[in-house]
Amino acid sequence: MKRRLLPALPTLTILAMLGPVAAGLYWKILPAFGHFPAAGAYGPNLDAFRAIFAWPGFSEAAWLSIRTGLIATSISLMIVVLLTAGWSGTRAFRVLERALSPLLSVPHAAAAFGLAFLIAPSGWIARLISPWLTGWEQPLDLLIIRDPLCITLALGLIIKEVPFLLLMTIAALSQSDAHRKMAVAQALGYGRITGWVKVVFPSVYAQIRLPVYVVLAYAMTVVDVALILGPTTPPPLSVQIVNWMSDPDLMLRLQGASAALIQLILVIAALGFWRMVEALAARLGRIWIQKGTRGQNDTIIRNAALVLGVTTASAVFLGILILTLWSFAGFWSFPNATPDAFTLRNWQRHGPGVSDAVWETAIIALTAAVIALVLTIGCLEAEHRYHLKMGKGGVWLLYLPLLIPQVAFLPGLQTLFINMGAAMGRGPVILAHLIFVLPYVYLSLADPFRAWDARMGTIATALRATPDGVLWRVRLPMLLRPILTALAVGIAVSVGQYLPTLLIGGGRVTTLTTEALAIASGGDRRAIGVYGLMQTFAALVPFTLAILIPALIWRNRRGLRHG
Amino acid sequence: MDNGLTLRNVTIAKDAKPLLAVDYHINPGEVLTVMGPSGVGKSTLLSYITGTLAPDFTAQGQVILNGRDISASPSHIRRVGILFQDDLLFPHLSVGANLAFGLLPGGSQTARNEKIAQALDEVDLAGFAERDPATLSGGQKARVALMRMLLSEPEALLLDEPFSRLDAALRAQIRDMVFARAKARALPVLMVTHDAEDATAAGGGILTLR
Amino acid sequence: MKYLALIAALAPSVALADTNPGDWDAVVKAANGQTVYWHAWGGSTQTNDFIAWVGDRVQAEYGVTLEHVKLTDTADAVTRVLSEKQAGQNDDSAVDMIWINGANFAAMKEADLLFGPFAEQLPNWALVDVDGKTVQTDFTVPTDGMESPWAMAQVVFDYDTADISEPMGSMREILDWTAANPGRFTYPQPPDFLGTTFLKQVLVDILDDPSVLSAEATDANYAATTAPLWDYLDKLTPNLWRQGQAYPPTGTAMFPLISDGELDLSISFSPGAASAAIANFELPETVRTFVLDKGTIGNASFVAVPYNSGSTEGAMIVANFLLSPEAQARAQDPNLLGYGTVLNMDALTDMDRAKFDALDLGIATLSPAELGTAVAEPHPSWMTRIAEDWTARYGVAQ
Repeated sequence: MKRRLLPALPTLTILAMLGPVAAGLYWKILPAFGHFPAAGAYGPNLDAFRAIFAWPGFSEAAWLSIRTGLIATSISLMIVVLLTAGWSGTRAFRVLERALSPLLSVPHAAAAFGLAFLIAPSGWIARLISPWLTGWEQPLDLLIIRDPLCITLALGLIIKEVPFLLLMTIAALSQSDAHRKMAVAQALGYGRITGWVKVVFPSVYAQIRLPVYVVLAYAMTVVDVALILGPTTPPPLSVQIVNWMSDPDLMLRLQGASAALIQLILVIAALGFWRMVEALAARLGRIWIQKGTRGQNDTIIRNAALVLGVTTASAVFLGILILTLWSFAGFWSFPNATPDAFTLRNWQRHGPGVSDAVWETAIIALTAAVIALVLTIGCLEAEHRYHLKMGKGGVWLLYLPLLIPQVAFLPGLQTLFINMGAAMGRGPVILAHLIFVLPYVYLSLADPFRAWDARMGTIATALRATPDGVLWRVRLPMLLRPILTALAVGIAVSVGQYLPTLLIGGGRVTTLTTEALAIASGGDRRAIGVYGLMQTFAALVPFTLAILIPALIWRNRRGLRHG
Repeated sequence: MDNGLTLRNVTIAKDAKPLLAVDYHINPGEVLTVMGPSGVGKSTLLSYITGTLAPDFTAQGQVILNGRDISASPSHIRRVGILFQDDLLFPHLSVGANLAFGLLPGGSQTARNEKIAQALDEVDLAGFAERDPATLSGGQKARVALMRMLLSEPEALLLDEPFSRLDAALRAQIRDMVFARAKARALPVLMVTHDAEDATAAGGGILTLR
Repeated sequence: MKYLALIAALAPSVALADTNPGDWDAVVKAANGQTVYWHAWGGSTQTNDFIAWVGDRVQAEYGVTLEHVKLTDTADAVTRVLSEKQAGQNDDSAVDMIWINGANFAAMKEADLLFGPFAEQLPNWALVDVDGKTVQTDFTVPTDGMESPWAMAQVVFDYDTADISEPMGSMREILDWTAANPGRFTYPQPPDFLGTTFLKQVLVDILDDPSVLSAEATDANYAATTAPLWDYLDKLTPNLWRQGQAYPPTGTAMFPLISDGELDLSISFSPGAASAAIANFELPETVRTFVLDKGTIGNASFVAVPYNSGSTEGAMIVANFLLSPEAQARAQDPNLLGYGTVLNMDALTDMDRAKFDALDLGIATLSPAELGTAVAEPHPSWMTRIAEDWTARYGVAQ
């Protein structure tokens, strides 16, 4: 039974990931072209597209989406490149790396809430410097949150994407022979940053290209962060699509379907544009490399990079701190730096709601992450046993669900589920989460799994252990820490999902993230503080356990301490 | 002729390019030393015998162990033991549990523990059962690895540069220990090494690959 | 044996379809053990707490489990029922009850998406103030018993007495005040419910004769009637908070802005909300409320049950409980919720009436006399067109 199942697992995994995406897209295309018999609309026609182009906010909304994506991606990438170039291998870098890894698990929404509480005109930063420094008795009437240029939205994305790209870059570094290349470059008199960018960056970028594309696609189409920090007059296209998809007027749903297709085309176009810039940069880069400039301003750039990196990390940390403060705040008026009083009342009020949501979140996240883990281990073990090599195409398949905008296929998937008569609720939500959890779990576990010393397997086999015995008795226990980390990554991804829970759950499934967003619309900062904090904990606790459990189990096993 | 390890017309090719060809019979208690520069396929030959050949290699010919043709058998039923230059003790198991992993199933828990204690005693490591393998010295690890392998009662023994990580004094001691036990159990031994001294100590035939 | 199991399996759904709202004993019996998914806006902690309390009470008394599905927008629930109908899912909807009124109700009623009539068969209907409060029409659309009222809402303006000394009597006065105090007033972004209510409030107050609004808007009268509104907004917008480039998403999102001193004046649809927010540290104690001289728009909040709910009995139990003096008095307590009651005080027993008399309405809440008569809502067609026009004019700023 098992022998027949294992070779089929890779196919099954790809189906679990891409099947819903393909189905969702398919169910979206017909209504986009005006064919929606259930609503009495028979196509094909281009009415819905015409209606979108006639909507006065269209060009602005589309432009917002493109702008946010490009700004957030290029700035995140720049910070990561300069930071790695200037500091990799130093103590400061290790400290930053260690600080940033937990930040990766902080849900986007919680980070966005924290940022808003920090930098709003009445936010904590303004409070800390008022009125003694600024003389402000009242907050300035400044459009910082929801600014029409999307700068704040881009910031909210940058503080989350920098940790992501940085960890991807660090993983790539170990396979780029960076250390020796840099030694050569520096011996030739190149500055740290100039040398790194000229010598190491090309091979590193080739490895982080797909994660960069994921960031671009995500930043262009994000919904939850845009709801918190993005402009509303008009909103970015993705938010407008969700608005249309949830309008009681059916004709607007056709419009939403068409707009989702446009959004997909925009993402593809932006990725194409990015690819062109890459090619151009490569060409200019070669000229620059051949010029032989050694880098005069490297020290300044290097320090600036550190400042940017530290700012990014502290924005998230301080954001969580301010969420904590608000969750315990009594009355708190501007410009006081701390609340007039602290109280447990906010937690008592929200306690029951929070604990329901925590359970739902935990059940969904744990199930999705465990399924993803089993499939991933199955795939990797099948790859190992049957020597199935995953080519370049395979890596693209993994990234595909992360590159296609959620708004482009989730509403179609919702229609599909309802049509199949699948009761809305936990099951379908878990399946929908799996689409996004699987790639991250796979990416997280694949490297350590493959890096495992295969001679351990040979030895165990020579000691007459069966292949299953080797897997269960040797390989998995030795990989306990990376496995638990992958599980924690999966849980964090699931905890952060907003749109899949909202659309597929039909409102019956309320997780910490959907609750937090629902409550956010009311602007109650104390409630947002409680939910944002709980959301952060839900993602952080598994990471802590992933470090603590192996440390505890293997406390007498020095050989696994740094594994 | 029946007993021992026979490599009958074994040829291995990589990406259709022939790599090596071996035709040899190792008697019980005999040591065959395989020498040759790096990259000539010495370890590949061992992989073929253990049944863990990487897929970009193709092999022909037969491996016959005590009359059984094991060329196509799954690795874990071939009864071919192997030692690498690294001890490769399982880092998640105690010394005793590492030995228990090797010990064939069966027998009561007390009997098994007794066998493990005996094995440790045999290599002067009595009382080490509860230890973390990472806390052992290089020579101690090598002795545990040897006993773990012997407890699995192999019918042949492969050595992949097993002593190259040990310093000179230890090297001779461990080498003698391995060869003595292989001889006592009448095991055919195939050793891959760079070291002429190893080959001399083994005292058997020498096969040089080019 | 097999058939028996089949009948047993079918029995509940048969019973479901047959329960007559008039046969209350049967309703109570069928409701026991049901779970009611109440889709209601989840942005207000007070409301959420109140709904949780209702859940505890109906569980204890009727064995009905109430699950609050917290919406960001009521339209989400309407859409859900619509998609279910399209997909042919005609029983056990995800939605058992919706907090609804106005255009959403009109749309659902029009599309036959509602269960009923049931409202006027509820036992507690006898206590409802049918004559004094607009509980049988919803934005001029007759309810026909398809939705049951549970709270009265009326527009009030919240102002901080630390910054504004006198209440204002008309929308014109508010316009003049914003010109003198730019950046200190705003309203939620339409199509948010309160945002569109603000637009209607402006229109009702500045028109000499608002009676034209009670009939459906026509192409003939729409432009001329709304012209003064756009004129008003063109003057108001540059002096709004953030120069009208951004708007709060909802009404309660304006509380922290008042707390922080970003706003001095805001609009609310719940006369008791300010007092409740003060009690929860969300507003400074200096906040008070006022209504306009000509009165302000008022309406009722309702609950409706989708046609394909699998727990209609449970939903009716909840709707009826919401009309009980116990629930109504609690809703009116400004420390808890501060919503106006829909009950007729004269219809209550002395003991029940005492519950209302004992309420301290809170420092910022106007008395019923001060609130005055509510001005009727315009026909929903006005709101739909005005909201669309607003988006085109102000909602997509370049």
